[in-house]
Amino acid sequence: MESFTPVSGTLGGVLIGLAATILLAGSGRIAGISGIAGGLPSRVPGDNAWRILFLIGLVLGAGVYQLVTSAPLEVRIDVSAPLLITSGFIVGFGTRLGGGCTSGHGVCGVARFSVRSIIVTLVFIGVAMLTTFVLRHLLP
Amino acid sequence: MMARLSTSLVSGFIFGLGLVISGMSNPAKVIGFLDLAGAWDPTLLLVMGGALAVTIPGFWLLKKRARPLFAERFELPARKDLDARLVAGAALFGLGWGIAGFCPGPAITALAAARLDVALFVAAMIVGALAYRMLFSTQPAKGTGAPIKKAAAE
Repeated sequence: MESFTPVSGTLGGVLIGLAATILLAGSGRIAGISGIAGGLPSRVPGDNAWRILFLIGLVLGAGVYQLVTSAPLEVRIDVSAPLLITSGFIVGFGTRLGGGCTSGHGVCGVARFSVRSIIVTLVFIGVAMLTTFVLRHLLP
Repeated sequence: MMARLSTSLVSGFIFGLGLVISGMSNPAKVIGFLDLAGAWDPTLLLVMGGALAVTIPGFWLLKKRARPLFAERFELPARKDLDARLVAGAALFGLGWGIAGFCPGPAITALAAARLDVALFVAAMIVGALAYRMLFSTQPAKGTGAPIKKAAAE
């Protein structure tokens, strides 16, 4: 079922890159989702609305896609609720401690040739692959 | 102000569309990439490649501009150093990402599916981010205790 989808993958990637470029060009901000969401609520005046609108945009984009294709979003989660919640907590904490996630470091930081973003990206992809291997091949 | 806020909404919209079209809002698809020992699905590499094919030239062109279109200045990360904290954060994020296959963007985007499990993940993620803020507040604090507690309560 989860087979290689190069065309839709590349097209989706181009849209993500376009979105990040638009945000930097218009607002001067880096499109890092964990940073945008993690900055809420902000005590800096005028720093909240743009964050909330970006996050609403994310959900709207997916919602409109569902309407147009008249198919529910495919979301398959194959872990138990306790594991899912644990993973959510670790992702929330880790992305703040690590200063970003797949979008901020992986797409924007790497595009700026930031050495720390490149290293952080390699670390989280490496650990994620290791975790996947342990959970799905060693433990069951 | 309006132009800046519209930019945010439009950018988020296109970003969400990109995540859904690329299949990245589906954790099973992401696990397919992370699981090298399974039926490996390299799609995520093409998603990053497609994104970088736009952001590398786009950001390079923007670097020549003095300021963005609708804001006073570019807010770029100034720090260039890499410390143990940053690497530990990256490793923790990788651990969480490898468990369920969800990272922040896809998880928030997948809220559009109106499913309880997605909402649970996002709620736990918010609690994790607030726990970080309580431990290491990075915002300019006006009085240390109260505002942080307030942030945690919301």
